[in-house]
Amino acid sequence: MPTVTVREALNQALDEEMARDRRVFIIGEEVGHYNGPYKVTQGLLAKYGEDRVLDTPIAEEGFAGIGIGAALVGLRPVVEFMTWNFSLVALDQIVNNAAKIRYMSGGQFELPIVFRGPQGAGGALAAQHSQIFENYYAYVPGLKVVAGGTAKDMKGLLKAAIRDDDPVIFLESEKMYNLSGEIPEGEYLIPIGKADVKKEGTDLTLIAWGLTLTYALQAAHEMEKEKISVEVVDPRTLRPLDLSTILASVAKTHRVLIVQEAWPIASFGEHIAYLIQKEAFDELDAPVEILSSEDVPMPYAFPLEELVLPNVAKIQAHIRHMLS
Amino acid sequence: MPSVKIKKLLVFYEQMLLIRRFEEAAAKAYALGKIKGFCHLYIGQEAVAVGAMGALEKQDYVVSTYRDHGHALARGLSARECMAELYGKVTGCSKGLGGSMHFFDRARHFMGGHGIVGGHIPIACGIAFGSRYKRERAVTLCFMGDGAVNIGGFHEGLTFAALWNLPVVFIVENNLYSMGTPLYRHLPLEDISVKGKSYGMHSVRVETYDVWEFHEVVREAVNRARSQNEPTLIEAVTYRYRGHSMSDPAKYRPPSELERKKELDAIELCAKTLLEEGIPTTELEEIQKKVKEIVDDAVAFAESSDFPPVSLLHQYTYVNP
Repeated sequence: MPTVTVREALNQALDEEMARDRRVFIIGEEVGHYNGPYKVTQGLLAKYGEDRVLDTPIAEEGFAGIGIGAALVGLRPVVEFMTWNFSLVALDQIVNNAAKIRYMSGGQFELPIVFRGPQGAGGALAAQHSQIFENYYAYVPGLKVVAGGTAKDMKGLLKAAIRDDDPVIFLESEKMYNLSGEIPEGEYLIPIGKADVKKEGTDLTLIAWGLTLTYALQAAHEMEKEKISVEVVDPRTLRPLDLSTILASVAKTHRVLIVQEAWPIASFGEHIAYLIQKEAFDELDAPVEILSSEDVPMPYAFPLEELVLPNVAKIQAHIRHMLS
Repeated sequence: MPSVKIKKLLVFYEQMLLIRRFEEAAAKAYALGKIKGFCHLYIGQEAVAVGAMGALEKQDYVVSTYRDHGHALARGLSARECMAELYGKVTGCSKGLGGSMHFFDRARHFMGGHGIVGGHIPIACGIAFGSRYKRERAVTLCFMGDGAVNIGGFHEGLTFAALWNLPVVFIVENNLYSMGTPLYRHLPLEDISVKGKSYGMHSVRVETYDVWEFHEVVREAVNRARSQNEPTLIEAVTYRYRGHSMSDPAKYRPPSELERKKELDAIELCAKTLLEEGIPTTELEEIQKKVKEIVDDAVAFAESSDFPPVSLLHQYTYVNP
């Protein structure tokens, strides 16, 4: 199996889907001539030309809307946000148009559109460029929200997202682009809405997605040294959420720690915790716990930023505390 | 034998009258509580929708606002499916799930009925982009009110239209009021067409209640969009006779403004032109009778239709949940 970075995996997914289907096109800031702000779209302009790799002005509402309009007439746009922080100025397009037009037209239209880009902290980017917005989008009926955590999953999920007939919010992280992982040879898809048990264990279930999955796996392996057996469940998709895989793990370990980069209040982790206590109350030996970022805007000073974010040591400490 | 123009003008007359009578029937049903929610009537502005739609071909697209009844009827949606939609019935053009502000008809390329002011303008640009990508030789007509020209979607949409030479025609229906706020209190300009020029696109201000005159302006813009991929902004100065919505008594108008505007009524002007061109009064009376029957039938159809079944509640949130 070849080893690639997440960046390369995403690039392969885009390349393969563009080669397969002429309806697929990419639109966003500096995706073409600049080869992508994070180089995810590297080489695609040279291969597919300006008709299909479209550089835009800095106008998120405008190009998000262009993508939605193009989807309404049967194209399959991939809209890149340089970061999800900038999607806030396109929130009206995503929430009021992408998520609503199918429903309010009585099912006359499909919206096969993917919005993708990195969210979360990139490293010393301060308060406006370091945020998690997965819960904003997971809240909205009509949207699907995908947050893969490995090169293999992200390639297969992005291909599935592009082929999906509904609008998909596809979440990446700047810190993930250089992570390497093995991917299968040849074409494969990872279905949207299927969680994956990334590591088996018996004492506690760690639930993590996106960037924090890497931390969770590392922490789980470290805990083996302390004879603590941690199971790691990766939902991969937040909406629709594969609750049954999560509940099966809860029935096995009876303890749950959710690790998220998001702020704690009204976060997606809280939603998962709610579902677990509702559906598996009798299985729990302890309250479901959530390790989140600190509830503050991101400070620029890098030592303080480290205090804000979840990391491997914090996860380990939390696990020890829960099992003590 | 009437000329091609007169034949077309007769159709325009019928369409404008249909919109007027349809909206009057809607107002009546609203007063009876048969139609609920927001309901924005198009009475007074009929010449804009009808003159514009008359310039389109089948493959062209229309993107509308929450004041969409007139646009939909002019585009050829039936009075039945429009009235049923207002009634929230499953036989409506959006199966009763959209309502007054969200008429859609995929077959007739009527791409909504959008309720967020200005948010539909980038969508229209995307439709124009997509149709060009697919080489459909289609033009997208995007309607908006004067109240839409201050919001971001207008700026970004027009930027893309001009930058990418999209086959789109923007029609700003300047009815002098942004909801209940008069133009001079919401816009530091009197002439909205100045804005179109600032994006480097063709832009024209039309102040007429003559449906044919307006039609000619739109036809020129549509032809240019189709043959040269060049966008145009048309400011259509018009007037709405009713308030912003059914809940607005429009008390903010200066005295006698409405009466003065009604003297310019486009439907009466059109009838006058037709009579002058030798169309007999009886022919116009036939049209009036036909329109009344269509609207009466639409109301009866809406009344007798069913509400959407509960099974539709979740059916259209996703294609594949």
